[in-house]
Amino acid sequence: MKKMLAEKPVDVNEEGYLLEFAQWDKEIADAIAVEEKIDLKDGHWKAIEWIQNEFKKDSPLSIRGIKNSGTLNIKEFYELFPGGPLKKASKIAGIPKPKSCI
Amino acid sequence: MSETKVKKMLFILSKATLENVYAAFIMANGARMEGIEAEIFFTFFGLEAIQKKKLEHLHVATVGNPAMHMPTMLGAIPGMEAFATGMMKKEMEKLNMPPVGEFLEILKDSGVSLWACKLAVDMFHLKETDLIDDLDGILTIGDFYGRANEDGCQLLYI
Repeated sequence: MKKMLAEKPVDVNEEGYLLEFAQWDKEIADAIAVEEKIDLKDGHWKAIEWIQNEFKKDSPLSIRGIKNSGTLNIKEFYELFPGGPLKKASKIAGIPKPKSCI
Repeated sequence: MSETKVKKMLFILSKATLENVYAAFIMANGARMEGIEAEIFFTFFGLEAIQKKKLEHLHVATVGNPAMHMPTMLGAIPGMEAFATGMMKKEMEKLNMPPVGEFLEILKDSGVSLWACKLAVDMFHLKETDLIDDLDGILTIGDFYGRANEDGCQLLYI
């Protein structure tokens, strides 16, 4: 379905995840973050960038991956995106909802 | 999942077989990933999963486990449990599942509280130094129930 984010029409699924990563930009990220009640700061952008790089490499996201990322640690990640960090961060980063159980 | 009525999951882990330990760990970690609080109470044999010297040496059960599809006599052959455990660990590594020690670190960093059962600690004559440093403390079951005293809390015995 279509949704207006940062005054731009984007395609999202019923949970609000972007369907086309190409439609993503930083303003859209900010708009999604506001819906998730997160104020994006430097730490968030670092996490988003890392997640997007993993997505481009086609490597599945997991909490263990965060631990081994070298950029983030798990504690920080939970503090940055409280209440379901992997999902919220993916949503803001404009990539599909992660399917990982770990 | 958007909003869940489950706010907190409390796990009681009473077994030391690899499949049970991982079940508790994956569910606790999965809860945190959904924004649900999680705690694990290690009791009886479950204490092996938080004993420094034992936690990396847990096994799958080859005897008394019908899902192994192995005759009991065969499962009892020396080395069989180690072999089956090795096989399972290899499969788990393929799925990027961390070993027990690393998994405990991940749980701790994710905000999962880890508790040891006082009665079981006394029964097995364990000292606090035998247990992992990340442990939050040693509790009685009454103390643990106290932690369940809120809306949206679920207890699960494994």
